[in-house]
Amino acid sequence: MEKRAHISGWTLPLLLILPQMAITVIFFYWPASQAIWQSFLREDAFGLASEFVGFENYVSLFEQPEYYRAMVTTAIFSSLVAFFSLACALLLATQADKNIRGGQAFKTFLIWPYAVAPAIAGVLWLFMFHPTLGTLSKPIKAIGIDWNPMLNANHAMTLLVLSATWKQISYNFLFFLAGLQAIPKSVIEAAAIDGAGPLRRFWTVIFPLLSPTTFFLLVVNVVYVFFDTFGIIDAVTGGGPAGQTTTLVYKVYADGRLGGDLGGSAAQSVILMIIVIALTAIQFRYVERKVQY
Amino acid sequence: MMKKSLLGALALGLATSTSAFAQTEIQWWHAMTGANNDVVNKLAEDFNASQKDYKVVVSYKGQYADTLNAGIAAFRAGNAPHILQVFEVGTATMMGARGAIKPVQEMMKEAGEKFDPNAYLPAITGYYSTAKGEMLSMPFNSSSMVMWINKDELKKAGVAEIPKTWPQVFDAAKKLKAAGHDTCGFSNAWASWANVEQFSAWHNIPMATKANGLDGFDTEMKFNSPQHVKHLQNLVDLQKDKTYDYSGRDSKSEGRFTSGECAIFLTSSGFYGNVKANAKFDWANAPMPYYPDVQGAPQNSIIGGASLWVMGGKKADEYKGVAKFFTFLSDTDRQAKLHQESGYLPITKAAYEKTKASGFYEKNPALQMALIELTNKEPTENSRGLRFGNMVQIRDVISEEIEAALAGQKPAKDALDTAVTRSNQILRQFERTVR
Repeated sequence: MEKRAHISGWTLPLLLILPQMAITVIFFYWPASQAIWQSFLREDAFGLASEFVGFENYVSLFEQPEYYRAMVTTAIFSSLVAFFSLACALLLATQADKNIRGGQAFKTFLIWPYAVAPAIAGVLWLFMFHPTLGTLSKPIKAIGIDWNPMLNANHAMTLLVLSATWKQISYNFLFFLAGLQAIPKSVIEAAAIDGAGPLRRFWTVIFPLLSPTTFFLLVVNVVYVFFDTFGIIDAVTGGGPAGQTTTLVYKVYADGRLGGDLGGSAAQSVILMIIVIALTAIQFRYVERKVQY
Repeated sequence: MMKKSLLGALALGLATSTSAFAQTEIQWWHAMTGANNDVVNKLAEDFNASQKDYKVVVSYKGQYADTLNAGIAAFRAGNAPHILQVFEVGTATMMGARGAIKPVQEMMKEAGEKFDPNAYLPAITGYYSTAKGEMLSMPFNSSSMVMWINKDELKKAGVAEIPKTWPQVFDAAKKLKAAGHDTCGFSNAWASWANVEQFSAWHNIPMATKANGLDGFDTEMKFNSPQHVKHLQNLVDLQKDKTYDYSGRDSKSEGRFTSGECAIFLTSSGFYGNVKANAKFDWANAPMPYYPDVQGAPQNSIIGGASLWVMGGKKADEYKGVAKFFTFLSDTDRQAKLHQESGYLPITKAAYEKTKASGFYEKNPALQMALIELTNKEPTENSRGLRFGNMVQIRDVISEEIEAALAGQKPAKDALDTAVTRSNQILRQFERTVR
């Protein structure tokens, strides 16, 4: 017989969910609705004069070739960063999960980069790869590559992917490690007794069992690349060269905060919000089906 | 030293706490770091010590763009500072917000403070005045663009004289490259400021209509003229073998000069302190180069830097304090000293004359270069200054297109045409918000 607690009336349940509701409303719904409202206005920076312009901000946005380019850039950037940060983190986590001497120290070191602010991470990488001052750009030049992220878009993108990935590996590593440790040793040992080698054990036993973690991290990483990378972009390339590393979120920042075009910037963030909601929905709808909990 | 300043601060704290009732606080938000931050603090300290009725309180709000945004956000929330330091490209934004600001000249008059707009250097105040000449904000740290020269390297490369014209610079750069500077013959910081904004003024060609926006927000960009295209095309050609090498949109790569990599480098005259401290070679600065076939060149340069804006909606008594502080700031001795110590340009004619008379420039010619450029000729409507709404964005657009041309993605003409079209869109957007 199952024991059930019965709560009479609505007061207590409501009170209990109230803090969570308040947080959601104040920190999500309220700013989101403000952004939607602002995207229909044209306003000067000081908010002295505002005019309702309907969908004009959206229309002018979709007339800009730069906006489409930012979409493509974002797609490339986010898939590269999500893939590399997940792959590297998984590799590191499987290695750190082994019984090795000083394993704890390795784990701690691997988590450290997460404590570095995105902009600082950006500056660190920028210094290492600066075309003339960077310590690492000299060896690159020595092997015959004309390293110049200031004018070469591919170099700039490489640099951004490196720093954004590096920054996110720790976070992914932490979750993968926890995920790996949650896998019962008996399953792996059983596979080993059946004669499966380490690689086969990984792909047929560990990786599927890790899929809830991988899926969660995929969602989190995509959101990270979409929203949290503008600090890195601002510090490393400033969206350049020739706007070719301007992602959607960086364009929101550049147009709104640097450019003072609040309406256009709000319209962009609304679109960005829709894209991320759609992406997350797709991930939950299609990718989650393949996930084994 | 530490102890002394600590004691001083303590004493100041005690002094202020006893007289707190009578004192009116003046908030001053600024964007100065390092040595310039000390200058700001020292000015406030000196002013506070010089009288008892007002107290200037300074706070650092981050970089220029951050400080402007902090001021805007504070204004929207109803607690703007009294004085806000705004960089030169934010001028149109501030001007457009008539309800948010108090024009300096009007404030001085209302406060009954003695104020003569003619006492200030027109090359500097012109940037911050209306078309009728009414001063809107108080210039604070001003600079201009000059050409920095590594004399040792020029000598080694066999360049006898400091180049004056662009063709001479190209020749010198080729010689420098042949002499081992294979990554950079010459370069410049601030891509748009150097190659479009200063370039236009210095050659007396319009960057835009309506006196570069000074006569109205319905200005239209014109910086895709044959001269502009020719200059960019030259840079594009020289970029191919790094006789010219691009150094970015801001001043982050100025180290290429002090490290010795680029022996000819165009950037702000405010680079002085850095060069003086870090350059381990014989250096000098010179006027920006020009194309001798452009009639009337060189004209005069325009300024960069920042000015102090007074925010609107404050009490008369507070404005009186701000007015007193501005008078204090404009004092001849103080300006002369500030100029000689910090490298900022003096804002009054008297301070410039005084420094000249003292023989200071004979020993420090580098500090006069920007002033020589600014006052080279009587400013025309192409060289008085720039006033474009959303200029920060426009600068990015221009830099983006310059980068596209230098990277070989499109011809110089296409790049500048696109930049003009895109800038005009931004200008129209701004025009509609200020109407």
